[in-house]
Order: sequence, then C-alpha cells, then structure tokens
Amino acid sequence: MTIGVLVFPGSNCDHDAYHALKHVMGVETKFIFHKETDLSGIDAIIIPGGFSYGDYLRSGAIARFSPVMQAVQEFAAKGGPVLGICNGFQILLESGLLPGAMLHNQQLRFTCKQIYLRTESRNTVFTSEIPQNKILKVPVAHGEGNYYADEETLKKLIENDQIIFRYVGPNGENDSNYNPNGAIQNIAGICNESRNVLGMMPHPERAMESILGSSDGKYIFESLLKSLITA
Amino acid sequence: MYKALVNVTLRKSILDPKGKAAREALHNLGYSTIEDVRIGKFIEINIKADSEKEAEAIARDACSKLLANQVMEDFTIQITKV
Repeated sequence: MTIGVLVFPGSNCDHDAYHALKHVMGVETKFIFHKETDLSGIDAIIIPGGFSYGDYLRSGAIARFSPVMQAVQEFAAKGGPVLGICNGFQILLESGLLPGAMLHNQQLRFTCKQIYLRTESRNTVFTSEIPQNKILKVPVAHGEGNYYADEETLKKLIENDQIIFRYVGPNGENDSNYNPNGAIQNIAGICNESRNVLGMMPHPERAMESILGSSDGKYIFESLLKSLITA
Repeated sequence: MYKALVNVTLRKSILDPKGKAAREALHNLGYSTIEDVRIGKFIEINIKADSEKEAEAIARDACSKLLANQVMEDFTIQITKV
C-alpha cells in the first residue's frame, strides 16, 4: 500500500503529511511532484496545505491546471481516495472535484489555532473509524477558509450527506463563535457525491502526536488505511 | 493587437469583507457620503487577434477558465485596439 503526497511549488505541509503517514502510521508514502502524470501504484492521494504557486490569482487556481492534477482528476473519477487539506481543499474546489468556493476569512486575518470538529458523517473512507460522538481537536492555519456555496449547492450537500465536518465548541456546542473563519453553516469539510474525495480546512496531519497538542488527526488516517486494507 | 481590460469582483450576493473594511476606514476619514465599497481585481491582457470580436472571445474564455471563479466572482471585459 502506498500513499502519495502531492508537492507543488509553495506546498508547506507536504512534510507534515509525509511524517504523519510514514512515521506515525507506518505506511509506505511517496512525494509526487506537480509535474508528474503517472499515479500508478498509488492507493490514495493527499493534497497538502501550503501556498501552491504563491496563492497567485486565487488559492488553488493555478495548481488546478498542473499536470499532476489532471492525473488526480482521473484517479478520483475511478474512485481513488483523495484527501485535500487546507490549500489542498482549495485546490479541490478550484478543480471542480468539490463544489463551492473559498472566501477570505470573515475577520480578514490569517487564523492559526486549535479548533474543535464534529464529524457529521462517518460514511466516508476518511471518517469511518472516528468514534461516534467524538469531538476532534485539530488545528487550523489559514487566511482563506470561509467556505461558500450558493443555496442550491448547499441544499444538495445536505441532502446527500456531503457535509463531513463542522466547527463546534470543545463539548460539541453549536455556536458560530467557534467558527474560525465565517464559513457558511460552520462547514469545515465536505466530500463529493461519490464520497471518495474529501476536502477539509483543519490539519489532521498536525494532530498526530499528543506531545504536540492532540492526536485526534490519527482517526482520519486510520480510517483511510483500514479502508485500503479491506478494499 | 488588442488589449483586454478585465475587472473581477465578488458577486453582489457575497459579502466583501475587504470592501467593508475600506468603507469603514473611509467613514472614519469623514467620507460620510460613500455608501458602498467593493474591492476586486484588475487584469490587463494583450491579445494577438484579427478582430475585436475574436479578442473578446479569447478574453472571455480565459476569464471563465482561470481568471475568475464564477462560483463567487463576476467579471467584465473591455476591449481596445492597440
């Protein structure tokens, strides 16, 4: 089993994702450069956080047209699991693999802190092993994480159970004060209709070891690895 | 050669926090008659084309594909001959 971590010029969480998978989870992990077009032998793709192509034009707008993203489109269409974290989520939105768009944080500031997540659906390969009712403590670090979708799209996301994570309080409180960026309906992560592509603003790969504040991110990678073993 | 002047702005239905912050600052400076500020992007493109129509079609295609994200942005194009 091999996990691929994409590397764009300006990615800066690629090594965190590599460390999380290779050293904490103990799974074979490979960096995949943005110019690559061959994803054969790769079982799942992580699109890491950072500032791909300097966030020029819009976050993720240029990365979307990179050669590797054409290959990821095909990989996802065949049902391959793709996890986009932070800038990775932005790239998935720009590429149309996920619906909606990302606006600047409501407060116009880059926000870097621990937040709390409620898993709204465990029916994905990334969330199946998250214990029921468990509130995850995971950090966010972004300036453009204010998820936006028009009413029609939002309705579809709800109907199809595609909202996967919402920002909540430490005890699961529904309160927009715990929303770090103004995202519509406190949305922190969504999946596609086929449920194999997940985008999330928080960084599970930075919550892998309790000495660093939280190990709740492991549930997400454990879910993914389990699904690949049983697949 | 044609020049396309492209304006990209957030859709009217979307709150523009940068515009709002600028409007507040202008109000603090005493510009009480300024009612609304919206901040967008201005993009200048030089296009080799045989006609204004062709240049506009190319600019429109470029905007739809890359320069604007129509989930959240609108754009306008103005073509001039250079």
